[in-house]
Amino acid sequence: MSVRVVLHSPSGSRSFLERGLLLLVMLIFLEGTVLTLGAASSPDISAQDNTGGHDHRGIAGSHDHTNYTYTKKAFPVLSLDYHHIQVPFEISLWVLLASLMKLGFHLIPRLSSIVPESCLLIVVGLLVGGLIKLAGEEVPPVLDSNLFFLCLLPPIILDAGYFLPIRPFMENIGTILMFAVVGTLWNAFFVGGLLYAVCQIEGTYLSQVELLPCLLFGSIISAVDPVAVLAVFEEIHINELLHILVFGESLLNDAVTVVLYHLFEEYSGAGEVTPMDVVLGVICFLIVSLGGIAVGAIYGILAAFTSRFTSHTRVIEPLFMFVYSYMAYLSAEMFHLSGIMALIACGAVMRPYVEANISHKSHTTVKYFLKMWSSVSETLIFIFLGVATVAGPHAWNWTFVSVTVILCLVSRVIGVVGLTFIINKFRIVKLTTKDQFIVAYGGLRGAIAFSLGYLLDKDLFPMRTMFLTAIITEIFFTVFVQGMTIKPLVDLLAVKKKQEAKRSINEEIHTQFLDHLLTGIEDICGHYGHHHWKDKLNRFNKKYIKKCLIAGERYKEPQLIAFYHKMEFKQAIELVESGGGVKLPSAVPSQVSMQNIQPKKLPPPVAERALPQFTKGREEEIRKILRSNLQKTRQRLRSYNRHTLVADPFEDGWNDFLLKKQRLIELEKKMTEMSNYLTVPGAIPDSPTMCRARLASDPNAFYNIKASSDGVPTIQVDLASPQSPDSVNMLNEFSKEGHTGQGLGQREGATGKGLGQREGATGQGLGQREGATGLGLCQREGADRDEDQGLMMKPAGKGEKGEEEGGNKNPGLMRCLSDPGPSNEDEEDEPFLP
Amino acid sequence: MGASQSAGTEHEFQDLADRTGFSLEQIGNINKRFRQLSNNEETLSREDLASIPALDNNPIRAQIINAFFDKRNLHQNETGTVQEIGFEEFLMVMTHFRPAAMGLTEEERENLRREKLRFLFNMHDTDSDGTINLEEYRRVVEELLSKAGTIGQETAKAIADAAMLEVASTTRGKMEPDEFYEGITFENFLQILNTFDIETRMHVRFLHMDTATLRCGKSK
Repeated sequence: MSVRVVLHSPSGSRSFLERGLLLLVMLIFLEGTVLTLGAASSPDISAQDNTGGHDHRGIAGSHDHTNYTYTKKAFPVLSLDYHHIQVPFEISLWVLLASLMKLGFHLIPRLSSIVPESCLLIVVGLLVGGLIKLAGEEVPPVLDSNLFFLCLLPPIILDAGYFLPIRPFMENIGTILMFAVVGTLWNAFFVGGLLYAVCQIEGTYLSQVELLPCLLFGSIISAVDPVAVLAVFEEIHINELLHILVFGESLLNDAVTVVLYHLFEEYSGAGEVTPMDVVLGVICFLIVSLGGIAVGAIYGILAAFTSRFTSHTRVIEPLFMFVYSYMAYLSAEMFHLSGIMALIACGAVMRPYVEANISHKSHTTVKYFLKMWSSVSETLIFIFLGVATVAGPHAWNWTFVSVTVILCLVSRVIGVVGLTFIINKFRIVKLTTKDQFIVAYGGLRGAIAFSLGYLLDKDLFPMRTMFLTAIITEIFFTVFVQGMTIKPLVDLLAVKKKQEAKRSINEEIHTQFLDHLLTGIEDICGHYGHHHWKDKLNRFNKKYIKKCLIAGERYKEPQLIAFYHKMEFKQAIELVESGGGVKLPSAVPSQVSMQNIQPKKLPPPVAERALPQFTKGREEEIRKILRSNLQKTRQRLRSYNRHTLVADPFEDGWNDFLLKKQRLIELEKKMTEMSNYLTVPGAIPDSPTMCRARLASDPNAFYNIKASSDGVPTIQVDLASPQSPDSVNMLNEFSKEGHTGQGLGQREGATGKGLGQREGATGQGLGQREGATGLGLCQREGADRDEDQGLMMKPAGKGEKGEEEGGNKNPGLMRCLSDPGPSNEDEEDEPFLP
Repeated sequence: MGASQSAGTEHEFQDLADRTGFSLEQIGNINKRFRQLSNNEETLSREDLASIPALDNNPIRAQIINAFFDKRNLHQNETGTVQEIGFEEFLMVMTHFRPAAMGLTEEERENLRREKLRFLFNMHDTDSDGTINLEEYRRVVEELLSKAGTIGQETAKAIADAAMLEVASTTRGKMEPDEFYEGITFENFLQILNTFDIETRMHVRFLHMDTATLRCGKSK
């Protein structure tokens, strides 16, 4: 006890230096949490703490006194002032605990497949709470409503909103709204009403509970919780339809919950409900939900618009998105609108435009930050739920608690079955009995309910503790019982699972094709269904909105092309990261090359294929540009700039460098092979495939290709377009002389390698030829470097002009290999170049 | 129309309803639309369909119209195209866009899937030789991107090539340099669109086609 007492006064803690540091940190941590979080939360608890503090101080007074009267003292070389850093330190400790737990679960292999993570985290929370209690401390009220609604919830919801699968969401919006609005209303009134009825039964000792508090409780407990749903559904990999139904419901029922909560809280004070209030309630619901969406959409558009101009300050790009979203949430909360809906709307609205505007790196950052924040928040929420359970206080009433749990189950089942019966009349893809079961069973409750219960005023609701106990029990029941059994049940019922496949280009083509086809058929039928309106909206979006919100020319890019570019880009990166093709990415696989799908035609006569080519002079010029760019890169790299993300290539260290060198050699081998495959000397009368087969085995083939970049190109040019992304890059680069080319090395790397890929793939013709030249250059430059290092060279090194390029250009090339940096960065910059 | 004639059509409709699975109301709606499109003629020509203003913005307009005149889609075991179609043929094409009924067995579902995909496949396979070759696939993508201007046309080839490569690699696996992939057969087509829930996606609502919307469908 005395330990604790001394802890409270900063001066007293100085005497702690003699004690074990571990004990100190531990105790201070526990103690401090009570103080800070308590102070931040409800006034009554902080008041308690204040009085407690006074008491302690009184006891410790003598101790203090001796310290202060000590007039002349040596200057304290080392002093301890824990209170100075207490709050952030404890927050960090909690976050660390959460992250370590998350880490730990995945280290235990079988555990996570049996028990959902959410359950484990709650158990951890219970343990931590228990430990705190064992240490004789007051358990901190960690899951306080302010903390929850202002810090923990927004990241999860933003993550959900940003990555919301728009297409299935919109296709099922009717069903989702039905479940979210009507279903939640039904649940609230059913549970609330019947609970009231049960409370009136003699012998339950609950007769003091009135109708309105019961309804309030019903509205709190009836909402499906997005955090819990996400945590459980992410692990069971259910099919997209069911996932979006349950998850969408959990997101959209927020508005209903907010309105019901405020309504009943208000009326519980007033005591009377008139029909007028009901009407007001309905209007309020519309304002809360639509207002939330409007606020979110406005901020989303602002974010998109801002991202249009961030091309010069790439590092803070991601921040804009987070800040705008958080402001959307806060602004909505300010007016008691639905913050969740605002966040969802904000995330969903800004995503397509922001993605088109910001650089690839920023986009990765956004993705990672969202995922990181949301997973930490989620972990913390579940741990805090456990801690809060231990913290109490509890008022256990068997009747109330068990009736609550049963009623929640019953109302959920009745609600889902009843609503599905109505919905199925309108749905084309009907919900089967299995689907209904999963939707009903997936209705998990979670921390939002707890926090809302926590918000209740003790004076207005004397039964607050009982409500909280019941809410916690219901949460535990759904998370543990339903959460743990849903996975076996899904397997047992053979519910269709999510297909684990990345979107292929064929699927994308057919998705688009089907969209247009259905729109067309609807038009032919003269029925303006949702395909028709979607098409209209799409066209409006393309015509006006994209033009305003997306920088440069990219707004013109159709979805299919954007998708293709993205895919291609991803492959290029994968290729670079894999070190030049140890394992080639599978989406456009390398084992089948273009020749396999080319129609078997005799190559057209050489004359037809005499295509625009680089003359020697032109090539020299290109090389000069490349060289100067590389030099510039080096110069720029030396100057430190806090606002850009240019990594110093020399910091990587020597070993790293050697490793990359190794990769380079591998890569060049790969390129050589590829280029062997893709060139078809036209004069040879054999079928192209035969030629290529022969070339592949002929090491001298490479020289032919080399020659080809100087003389008449012998590459078949009928296929790819000059506008294929590779060639665009190269062309841009060439035309933009003296463009600061930090990206050049990179791009060359990425392009060259993406090209190596594509050469296997599309690469024929002009684009390919261009690429091939770029490739040749890249190779040659690589060759120089290799010679500098005295390493063995592939035939590429024999490039005629290679030798004349001396000098150490390693940094550039290293970047070119190591940095999968966005090759499109420069393209994005274009419109802003003077 | 006389009473006898309407009785005749009613009988006819019942017959069609039994064969196609449409409800009488739906058939009535579609018939109304058919008559409107064909200017009350017995048959419908390409020009009639091409004159629907709403179709103007559709990048695959030509393919959609062709599908209506493709014999393969009319449940006949022959290939080639026809110049004019009657109401029955019109309805037959529409059956491909009927939503899946409740409680299908696995087999029925698979059949439905094949039937719908066959329709798509036929739209791509313009020369009716049972495979979608590279040329045909390129044309499909080009059509899709035809509204995108020059960028679209130039990227279309690259996309089609990449898609074709993807098909070749998923269906064939590793290929030797001198092997040749002729094109996408129907079996390949099923394979690559394996994860594509066509049975739940390819459908149009045929209800609620009230006359008000019918009128604005065509400028008259």
